[in-house]
Amino acid sequence: MSQRHVLPVVPSRMTLTQIKARLQGARRGHALLKKKSDALTVRFRALLREIVDRKFRAADLLRNASFRFAAVKYVVGEELKHVVLEGVDHAETRLRVRFENVAGVPLPSYRCVTVATDASTAFESRENGAAEALNPSRSRVVGATSIVQYRGLGRGGQQIISCRDAYQEALSALVELASLQTCFMVLDEAIKITNRRVNALENVLIPRLENTIAYIVSELDEQEREEFFRLKLVQNRKKRELARSQATELRARERRAAQALNAFDLNSFHEALGAETAAAESLLEQTTGHDPDLLNI
Amino acid sequence: MDMLTFNADNGYLEAVVRGLKASLLRRNDYTNLAQCENLEDVRTILNSTDYAPWLQNEPAPLQTQALFDCLTERLVHDYRSVRSQAYAPLSTFLDYITYPYMIDNLVLLLMGVLRNRDLGEVLDKCHPLGLFEGMATLAVVTSPEELYREILVDTPLAPYFAECVSVHDLTEMNVEIIRNLLYKAYLADFYHLCVKRIGGTTGAVMASLISFEADRRVINITLNSLDTALRKDERVALFPRLPGGLDDEVVYRLGRADDLQAVALAMDLSGTYRALFQQAAEREDHSLEDQFLEHEMKLLREAFDVQFHYGVFYAYFRMREQEIRNLTWIGECITQKQYAHASRVVPIL
Repeated sequence: MSQRHVLPVVPSRMTLTQIKARLQGARRGHALLKKKSDALTVRFRALLREIVDRKFRAADLLRNASFRFAAVKYVVGEELKHVVLEGVDHAETRLRVRFENVAGVPLPSYRCVTVATDASTAFESRENGAAEALNPSRSRVVGATSIVQYRGLGRGGQQIISCRDAYQEALSALVELASLQTCFMVLDEAIKITNRRVNALENVLIPRLENTIAYIVSELDEQEREEFFRLKLVQNRKKRELARSQATELRARERRAAQALNAFDLNSFHEALGAETAAAESLLEQTTGHDPDLLNI
Repeated sequence: MDMLTFNADNGYLEAVVRGLKASLLRRNDYTNLAQCENLEDVRTILNSTDYAPWLQNEPAPLQTQALFDCLTERLVHDYRSVRSQAYAPLSTFLDYITYPYMIDNLVLLLMGVLRNRDLGEVLDKCHPLGLFEGMATLAVVTSPEELYREILVDTPLAPYFAECVSVHDLTEMNVEIIRNLLYKAYLADFYHLCVKRIGGTTGAVMASLISFEADRRVINITLNSLDTALRKDERVALFPRLPGGLDDEVVYRLGRADDLQAVALAMDLSGTYRALFQQAAEREDHSLEDQFLEHEMKLLREAFDVQFHYGVFYAYFRMREQEIRNLTWIGECITQKQYAHASRVVPIL
């Protein structure tokens, strides 16, 4: 375990507790993120299937719609296109975006909203086919009053209406598809981010915390051993000190004794000794013979 | 129009038109066209017809729109060459043929003005046959009133406007209703021109053609207004009524019809249209519009059976329109790979 994988901390009991708490947090976070990632993936797979279905359906619908438009052109003529283009002055259908929450990821979902036009100015609804779609129930209500009004009155009305309906259907299919596709992309991104986090936690953060803990623990052990060693050392030293001081004292005493011995004047000693001897002799003489304390050697 | 003097003024043009009619595509041409795999095949087939010079300058991947433009261009060219050689009553008659285009263009312009579009752009979208004098000065027009005062009064459509639409209505009324009112006035006027002013064989032939057109509009307006907010009296006001058309009883019933059933019941009273209605119901791939077109083509063909009248000109240009429609349809079907539907055209001859 290289140094890189260890957090730069002071190894202490307090840091150890902190790091342990962090590790626990990281583990919980990892579990949660893992769950989130799984949930998102499940959703993602379902979405994928749906998108494929919808794509085929939208393609069919569009083909049908453009074919119907060809039928309209057959009956009504090319000028209808221009009439429709000129007749547009505002968007009939608008997109409403809502957000759905899946495992904390806001997924956008689009819905078409038809802006109901005033019945008297309903003519602009001619753009119909190209620009509006809504849920069928409402389509009928609005359609009956304003949207389908008057187009192709002279000829081709039915074709125009069927073309409009086909395009409406195609448009709503496209919007659904767009909403799914956006979801798909958002989910994809979210899953990537979550997986990155999961992997980061799993492969970097958690090992690092574990390493740190191991490091701190080993460091603390080391400290303990050092402490013990130090104690021993001090003890030894104290012992040695004691021994040394005792020895020194002994030596000092000896030296003092030697010094005292050295300082003793031999001559005077001799003199003194002489005198003493004389005195002793005298004393001895004095006492010889009749000193009861002296042993006669 | 009597047989004695017809050829003096119109013999050449009638011959020209009858010759042009012979060049229209026939049933077997449509069968061949319907089997094409792409538009280049269509071009190959059309190259063996009179369309060859019109198509030859188109760049290689032929588009439906380009095809349509070529066909229209040829129609316009034919019309102009006939029109430029026509003498007095025939020239008026030919002018009347372009009025429907003019009505469409005017409605387009009106919508452009109402929505403050750039009229130069709108002009580009107008049908070339419906162009009229004064269109070039349109750029200065800013309001519907001005459009009426500056432009409309000078066009041949002015009397129709005066008849059915006031200046005030231009802004208030639904443009589509104006279009139908104009068309109604136009049909009445055209009928009057053919039957009363020109008369003779032309009157007889054109009367049946125009009243068919009127009847078709009556039925279509009824069918197409069934589910709309259009009131019944408004609906009746849009019906073009001509002598020789639908019975009053039928029209009365159509005016009051609420659903498809009522329309069908009303149609039971009229011989010709009952058959068309039934056929439309029976044949799945044919709509009522197709039936009408088929019937119209039949009437137009019949117009060619009679000589010394102007009806052939009308018939020829209507057939031409139908041919353009058919070819565009085939083109669309081929581009969209709906080969099965390509044969669903209404043949002219």
